[in-house]
Amino acid sequence: MNPQLKDARDFLSLISIASGVSGYEFSIASLVREGFKEFSDEVLGDKIGNVYALKRGIKESNKKIMLAAHMDEIGLIVKKIDSRGFLQFTSIGGIDQRTLLSQEVLVHGNRAIPGIIASLSPHLFDKMESSQAVKMDEMVIDVGMPLAKIQEVIQVGDIITIKRQTYPLLNNLIAGKSLDDRAGVVAMKVCLEELSRLKHSHDVVAVATTQEEVGARGAITSAYALNPDLAVIIDVTHACTPDLKGQVTIDLGKGPAVALGPNIHPGIYGHLVDSAHFHRVPIQIEPIPGHSGTDAWPIQVTQAGIPTGLISIPLRYMHTSVETLNIQDVINSGKLLAYSIASLPDDLEGMLCY
Amino acid sequence: MLLKSLSELNGTSGAENLVRNFLRQTIEPFVDIINTDKMGNLIGIKNDSLSGPKVMLSAHMDELALMIIDITGEGFLKFRPVGGIDAQILVSKPVQINNSYMGVIGAKAIHLQKHTEGQNPLSCDQLYIDIGAKSKEDASSKVKLGDYAYFTTVFEPFGDGLYKGKALEGRVGCAILAELLQNDYDFPLIAGFTVQEKVGLRGAKVAAHHLAPDFAIVLEAIVADDMSDCAEEGWITELGKGPVCSFMDRSTLYSSKLIQWVTGVARQNGIPLQFPRGSGSGNDAGSIHISKVGIPTISLSVPCRYIHSFASVISEKDYQACYDLVNALLKELPNIFEGSSINFAKEDKF
Amino acid sequence: MDMDFRILEQLTQIFGPSGSEEQVAEFISAQIRPYCDEVTNDTLGNLIAVRHGTGKKIMVAAHMDEIGLMITHIDKEGFLRFTPLGGVRTSNLVGQRVKFNRGRMGTIGVEKIAKPSDFKLDKLFIDIGAVSQNEAEQIVRLGETAVFVGDFVEVGSRIMAKALDDRIGCFVVIEALKRSKSTNELVFAFTAQEELGTRGAKTAAYALEPDLAIAVDVTATGDTPKAHSMSVKLGSGVGIKVFDRSLITPPQIKRWMAAVAAERNIPFQWEVLEYGGTDSGAIHLSRGGVPSGVISIPTRYVHSPAEMVDSRDVQAAVDLLVSLLEHPLE
Repeated sequence: MNPQLKDARDFLSLISIASGVSGYEFSIASLVREGFKEFSDEVLGDKIGNVYALKRGIKESNKKIMLAAHMDEIGLIVKKIDSRGFLQFTSIGGIDQRTLLSQEVLVHGNRAIPGIIASLSPHLFDKMESSQAVKMDEMVIDVGMPLAKIQEVIQVGDIITIKRQTYPLLNNLIAGKSLDDRAGVVAMKVCLEELSRLKHSHDVVAVATTQEEVGARGAITSAYALNPDLAVIIDVTHACTPDLKGQVTIDLGKGPAVALGPNIHPGIYGHLVDSAHFHRVPIQIEPIPGHSGTDAWPIQVTQAGIPTGLISIPLRYMHTSVETLNIQDVINSGKLLAYSIASLPDDLEGMLCY
Repeated sequence: MLLKSLSELNGTSGAENLVRNFLRQTIEPFVDIINTDKMGNLIGIKNDSLSGPKVMLSAHMDELALMIIDITGEGFLKFRPVGGIDAQILVSKPVQINNSYMGVIGAKAIHLQKHTEGQNPLSCDQLYIDIGAKSKEDASSKVKLGDYAYFTTVFEPFGDGLYKGKALEGRVGCAILAELLQNDYDFPLIAGFTVQEKVGLRGAKVAAHHLAPDFAIVLEAIVADDMSDCAEEGWITELGKGPVCSFMDRSTLYSSKLIQWVTGVARQNGIPLQFPRGSGSGNDAGSIHISKVGIPTISLSVPCRYIHSFASVISEKDYQACYDLVNALLKELPNIFEGSSINFAKEDKF
Repeated sequence: MDMDFRILEQLTQIFGPSGSEEQVAEFISAQIRPYCDEVTNDTLGNLIAVRHGTGKKIMVAAHMDEIGLMITHIDKEGFLRFTPLGGVRTSNLVGQRVKFNRGRMGTIGVEKIAKPSDFKLDKLFIDIGAVSQNEAEQIVRLGETAVFVGDFVEVGSRIMAKALDDRIGCFVVIEALKRSKSTNELVFAFTAQEELGTRGAKTAAYALEPDLAIAVDVTATGDTPKAHSMSVKLGSGVGIKVFDRSLITPPQIKRWMAAVAAERNIPFQWEVLEYGGTDSGAIHLSRGGVPSGVISIPTRYVHSPAEMVDSRDVQAAVDLLVSLLEHPLE
């Protein structure tokens, strides 16, 4: 495995295993800061928890390019502790209740407390066939402690994550939780690293955003604060699996998906595609007819409007705890970003002119 | 720790090799005779030369797993469960195949589902294992049809005095049995580590036939449903309330005299004991007690939450108490035997 | 200091559906003017009160509007058809009395329904006692709004009334404002159009640019028979919000709020609300972001004509708000 691939895999693994549910990104943020530091001129944070890594361009009268990938993940939150000491919970972000049963979790109370998601309906595991999926309301978390002890360490409102390692699969694939969108964060790191070998005119600010999974909230405030001249968002997109034939056209391992449509500035789309062809980075084209479901959506309409592009890393089983992607796609996303940034004209006006 | 090693080994029905090899090494120093029978049961015999009742302790080695039954054109693996499992618990989990390749059981992203899709449970037919193969050929070069995928759960302490791990149903019995073999008893003691319990109590049937013991104790873990929201009487058993002595399950009606004897010994030794509420699923006792002319059999179990899942939970206290109870029973055992048959008249105190 | 619940009674009975908050603003303005340096109204109908100080700029928000119904059609017989203004529960409506701005009352009737699943909003109508379209049009204009009728009643420590969502918040803010000895720069926003999507709070926050914000609003409870599971109980203290659909309270904010409550022996409970949001949802995303929290008053039967709160929780809310204003987060 080449060193860049290994570095990317190790960093992805590190931040995938860490916990950073929307609104509670402080611990993931410190890992991201650490990861960005080596290739940035400055790393900063803000009130909402967004992390900014600045890499200065070589020109005086330069423009500001924003990169954004969200570092938060979907998760669960304790909504009630019942009289027998089992934890009732609800979800933060979109979670399919069918992916939860029998998962090992960590309840982030005074310390991280291991638990297991159980079904309240009796004999679940003796019933071979049921017509109704177990509902989230019918599940609880068992932490194996009596109520009095639980009350010392766990409170209503504590955050819960799935306890999950990352697993290498064949052919540079990796599986784990929250690769959506920690993979995008890794791609930004790859980009910063590539940029340190390239000359680029413009200032680049890579933003690891917060709270994307609950409405792109970190992107809304960070884009407002930065007010960049151009923004490229790196997120994940659905890759094809047997049950998605005809519904999804993007494949794993064939390069990042470059989006086009109303959310995307055509000049940026064109520049990304041209850069990919020139530098022989494999890409796939992803037409999106409306809401891209990413930070790109609110960023585009921030302040007086921001020309926005979107690169997506193909990913299987999105929002499960076994999200799966190809590391090479992550590397290629970072490289494509770097080549595109380095080849931007000093004056962006021509490129961004309709 | 013995139970940790046993829990983390992979071995499903018909493929118990790793568990058997480990147990063989573990018990070898403590038995006179050790062999594997035609079915694959591991048999250890202590005090073979002694006279007295021939007592068999039995525990099953096999666990739930998924058997690979097909490889799709794109290189995904289709599977069927070995042993009873609710497919609902398989979604969004990692599995390990042949102790070498990792795979994941994914599911359609919530974003791409129709409105009510999340209400319908996913079945095995809809699920598949992704090992990252590029194609059918790629997958076929790594995985063969008939290979098994196992859960990857780490065995470790959990909560307040509990343990969490996979495969506890059978391996708890294996661990207690292996530990008991280190003690001295003054009668022939047979350890039967059986195969294929999960697919129909099949190993025990064969073992009981050729071993022909005078008395048998089946050791395993039993369902504890004490976290469910049904009333207490529906909990089957409760964690922390001691070992479980069964009256009846789907495969056996246990002798009430034997149960009284167990109850008495437990009381004398200050060991907590509970009885299952409702009749649970069967175990190896079902094969053993009807072997040949019939073998007096009892079943003692450790209560276990989430027994047929990736992560089961038992109480350390229950495990220890179960060991203590079996040990106490074995010490008492000669008193209730007259030759090779049980005579409770001898023991009027029960 | 005892709270003057007569002010709350008057507040709940004032007509003020979303977009028509003027009378509520007038009433509040009169209450608070002696305690503030500036009191102004803005374009969307927010009432903004400023009390100058030297420290941090803290914004406190409570919304003045209540849910209601908007008249969309008057038929030949003088019956009115309507559309909901805010989160009206259709199943609560039949037999309810409603009241228009100029005092006219009406009752809600329903067409013949074949089966329960046919029960939809478009089967309902308002009868204002008019016998013809002409007569009805003299009393009510298309586009005019009506609110529920729901008297203010005290039952032991409990209080029942319409529009406690969120006049109880306004009341808490008024009481705290009167008592506060905080030396920080305080801006109190009594907001408009919360029920339609926290619209007033959005523009107010943009204009005020606070360093920190606290919204005061109602939250649901899980303590009624077979209720949707939730840990909040009536009478068990003021709610400190952790999560709802509009806001994940920043951890440092929730810790600050809880620490102040604990230090002052103010009973509080953590609140995880699975549905709904508050003004803080809009405020915390204003400009570059504003760290925001929410003081919640546990309330049963939210969005009904008989919402219910416990006066002890209201007292705790006032005490907490007063303390927070004096001890802002560093």
